[in-house]
Formats: sequence, structure tokens, C-alpha cells
Amino acid sequence: MADAAALPGGLLPRARESAVRRMLANRRVVLGGAVLLFFALAAVFAPLIAPHDPVEQDLLLQYAPPFWSDKAEPGYLFGTDNLGRDILSRLIYGAQIALFVAVTAAAAAGLLGTVLGLLAGYLGGWVDAVISRLVEIWMAFPAVLLSIVLVAVMGTGLHSVIIAIAVIDWTRFCRVVRAETMAQKQQDYVASAVTVGLGRMGILWREILPNVLPLLLVLFTLEMGIAVIVEAILSYVNLSLASDFPTWGTMIADGRKYVNQAPWLMILPIVCVIALVLALNALGDGLKDALDPVMRK
Amino acid sequence: MSWSFLLRRLLLAIPTLFGVAVIVFVLLRVVPGDPIAMLIGPGATDADIAELRRLYGLDESIALQFVYYLEDLARGNFGTSISMRQDVMELVLGRLPVTIELCLFAMLVALALGGAMALAGAYWRGRAGEAAVDGAAGFVLAIPDFLWALLFILFVVVFALDGLPISGRIGHDVGFRGATGFLLIESLVRLRFDAFGSVLLHTVLPAFALALPLAAIIARVLKTSIAEAMTQDYILMARVKGFSRARIVCREALRNALVPTVTLTGVQFTFLVGGTVLVEKIFSYPGIGNMAIDAVINRDLPLIQGLVLTFAVLFIATNLLVDMSYALLNPRMRHG
Repeated sequence: MADAAALPGGLLPRARESAVRRMLANRRVVLGGAVLLFFALAAVFAPLIAPHDPVEQDLLLQYAPPFWSDKAEPGYLFGTDNLGRDILSRLIYGAQIALFVAVTAAAAAGLLGTVLGLLAGYLGGWVDAVISRLVEIWMAFPAVLLSIVLVAVMGTGLHSVIIAIAVIDWTRFCRVVRAETMAQKQQDYVASAVTVGLGRMGILWREILPNVLPLLLVLFTLEMGIAVIVEAILSYVNLSLASDFPTWGTMIADGRKYVNQAPWLMILPIVCVIALVLALNALGDGLKDALDPVMRK
Repeated sequence: MSWSFLLRRLLLAIPTLFGVAVIVFVLLRVVPGDPIAMLIGPGATDADIAELRRLYGLDESIALQFVYYLEDLARGNFGTSISMRQDVMELVLGRLPVTIELCLFAMLVALALGGAMALAGAYWRGRAGEAAVDGAAGFVLAIPDFLWALLFILFVVVFALDGLPISGRIGHDVGFRGATGFLLIESLVRLRFDAFGSVLLHTVLPAFALALPLAAIIARVLKTSIAEAMTQDYILMARVKGFSRARIVCREALRNALVPTVTLTGVQFTFLVGGTVLVEKIFSYPGIGNMAIDAVINRDLPLIQGLVLTFAVLFIATNLLVDMSYALLNPRMRHG
């Protein structure tokens, strides 16, 4: 009992092993994970692989087309933008920003939503009433508008983007975790933990939380995809990092401005956003299937 | 549907609206940047600044500002836009028909597209056709409206589809000035087909970008409801009678599968309205969404306030309509 609770996922060693095997047997998990790994490696090793400085301008080399064109510039695989900056290098550094925001924002939203969801689901009563009401009011707000207003209020910058995502999307975690906690609360192991004399917080933390973890992993992955989109949106409307920084959203916005002269400016950052978002969605859905006890049977 | 039901729903909307008004006020009055600082040139004296602060009511205490704010809202006075020096209500009302028309057009597209996909999926149930519909819906849904808008622009530019405009609402050469702002409807009523065609072409891409995710959701839900309806006895009866499969799916099952889809479409329609903020920006489409982003970038407090409240009213009105249509479609709800 105690051993089981101490392991992540609340699973016994053998069960955990088979959970990993099930995940690896899922095509969507493998495919999504591979694409995510690709972007993660690009982000981590950005200084080593980027052929140029992502913010270095070369006004003699504006609008160099990508490699598939006859007029491509050697050394600039995907061409250059309106200020002669290397697109490939900007994409690589853009992955850094996208993934940083995705992980931190999803973690912040997850932390806030999980704590409130656990409390609401386990304590019930007025705590649940207050938290559930809050979730309802929150979800009535148009997310895009709210995020833009929030960032306008807090000032532009990555921290604002991350806070905005967490402040808006904690409800996604809260609702699901609350429902799952209420279901777990009915399980025998909680009753026996009560009998053994574990306090309420002890049960919540050591017994219920580990059993909610697989679900959190799924939600976290899906939230990362949302965060990537929100960051792209906010940097598109110039409310994220200063436009000099190579974020995918800024690159798309620049590309939109010069789309008639140089359509390739927009293609690659859009492809990156879509690839990463599809990969995270596939990974999340695949994990859901692999970890769901009902689907297992 | 009884009048008391309608009245109760209307009354319930008031606290929601009040809550939104409070949140908007709290959010915007803690803005760290000084909106006055942006208004004035570098040569302004302290007296000028104080005068402007007084003019916009920013010199009062927060509590008093809130009271004035509520008083103004109740009178429909949204204040004066700081960046455009015009009455906020006038500005918003001037742009609102643009967004409403775009949203309604997008919803029609979504219904047609999603409905067709659902029917195709239900018709080819269990065959490759259904898998194709499911796959398409999943793919469409994974990409948000904002990226669809950008993909459409790329598509138009790369394939040189010059007939499809990617910015604005009506061609400069058309010379049609509507009296209402509902250009699509008005040009049709006034038989100005050149103007109608121009507005239609300008609206197609933003509307499709907004419509695609909704269409995918409609396709999924409607297909599931049809599949459920197909297991009912009356379908068996229709089969026994020898009706064609197409007729059974389109006429017998569809009619009974509509209620959940209508409810869902209404709820999802609010997301579509929210999506206009970015999609209008991307297509330089002159609605309130586009205006909202500019207002935020200019830190135009009165205008942001007015726009957020307008969006809130649109949302609440949509939900109200959904509840009402649900009550109309579902007899059991009529006396709830």
C-alpha cells in the first residue's frame, strides 16, 4: 500500500513497466514524441546548430529565397527575411522560446488548477462550491480577448505571456482533476488510508495525487500545445517579446507584412507551429489512450 | 416557451454582465502604464497633464471612479476613445455590424460544411469514407482559426489567386457606401450586385478560417447523433419500407439528430466570435475584433472597456438564444 503510493503514478513496479510499454506501443505517442524530441533538441542545442546569429541583420542580403529557389544564397538554407536575418537560425531559436513558454506556462496552469481541483474534489462543500463557481465565471470569458487584455495590463514580455496562459487555462486542469479526485475519493484505498489514520492532507498528497498523475501528464501535454499557439498569437500581435527576438509568432507577423514579396517568410514558422502543435496533440491523445484504465481492457 | 422562462433567463444575464463589468474595471485600472502619457507631446506641462487627467476622470479615487463608471455604463455612455478622440459607443456601433455579419456568414459556412461532412460520414458508416471524414475533422480541429487564416493567405499568394482579396472588406473601386454597416445584406437589398460580390469575396477567407474548427466539431457531434438515431426502431421501419439509404440518413435520422447539434453550435459560436479578434486583424477586416487589438496596443482604456463589454454582451446574447432555441426544439424544456 505505502510502497504503491510512493511510486509515481501510484503503480506497482510491474504495472509501471507495462504502462511504459503500452505508451511505446502507441503509434501516436511515438510519432508525437519524436517530433517533440526533434524540436527539443533544436532548442537545447540552438547555439551549436544555428548557422547564424538569429538577430544579426545584413541589409545587403534581404529577402534571399530558400534552397529550392535558383536564386538561393549559399549558407542560408531557408533564406533571409526583410532585414537579412537568417530564417533557419531564427526558427531554431524560436523553438527555444516556444518550448520554454509551453513548459513553464503549462506547469503554472497545471499547478494552480491541480491544487484547486484537488481541494474542490476532496473537500467538497463550500470549498467546492466557490471553486466551481469561479471556474464557470472564468470560462465565460473569451480566452483570446482575456489574454490580450491581461498582457496589455501586465506589459509585454515572456513573463506576462506565461502568467496570462496560467491565469486563463488553470480551469482546464481544475475541472478534470476535480472530477477525477471525486472518483478516486470513493475508492477503497482512500477508505483504508482513513482507517490507518492518515490526515486529510496526507491522503490528498500521498494517496490521491499519485493516482491523478497519469491524467495530469495528458493534460499537461495538451496544454503545452495550447501554450505554443497562445505564444504565437501574442507575439503575432506584438504583445510578447520585443520584435527583435526570434519567436515564431513574430516571424509570422513579419511574413504577413511582406507576404507579397516573400511568401516563404511565413511558410516555415507556420509549419513549425503546426508541426509542434499536432505533435503535442497526438502525444496527449496517445497518452490518454495508453494510460486510461478503461481503454486498456 | 413561457414568458417567465424568458424573463428568468434575461434576469440571470444581469449578474453575469455586472461581473464582467467589475472584472474589466479591476483589470484596467491597475494598468501600470499611464494612458495620459501617450496622449501628450513632450512639451506638455504638468498643468496640461493634470487637466487631461481631470478630463478623463483619472484624478478621482478608485471607488469614486467605479461609481462613475457604473453610472456611465447604465446610461450607455462608454466615454471617449483616447486614441481616436471619438465617442466609444459610436465607434463600436459603427464596427459591430461588420463583425456580426462576418460571424453569421461563418456560422452558415460551418453548418453547411460540418453538416455535409457528418452526412457523408454517416452515409459511408464503417467504410473508408467515414475514416476519411473522421481524419479530416481531427486535422481541421487541431489547427486553430488563427493559423487557418494565415494558411489561406499563404495559399492565395503562392498560387497567385488574385481574385481572392486578403485584406479589407470591400474593393476600393466599388464605390458603395452602405447606410447600415451590414454591407452584405444591404447591397443585396439595394440590388448592387457588384458591391455584394466584392464584399462576399472579401469575406470568404476570414469566414472560412473562423468556420473550419466549428465545422469539424459539428461534423463530429452530428455524425455521432445520426449514428445513434440510426439504431432506433423507426429507422428499421423505414428500411423495411424500402427507402433508399440516402433518404434514411438525410431525412429520417438527421431530423432527430439535430437537437444536440443546435445546442453545441450555439455554445461553440461564442468561440467563433472570440476568434474574430485575431482573424479580423490578420485580414485587416474592419470589425470590432481588429479594433480591440489596436485599442490594446494603444492602451486606449475607454475603448478596451467598451469593446470587452460589447463582446460580453454578444456572448451572453448568444447563450440566451441557445437556451431559447433549445427550449423550442425540446418540448420537455418548455415548462422547466
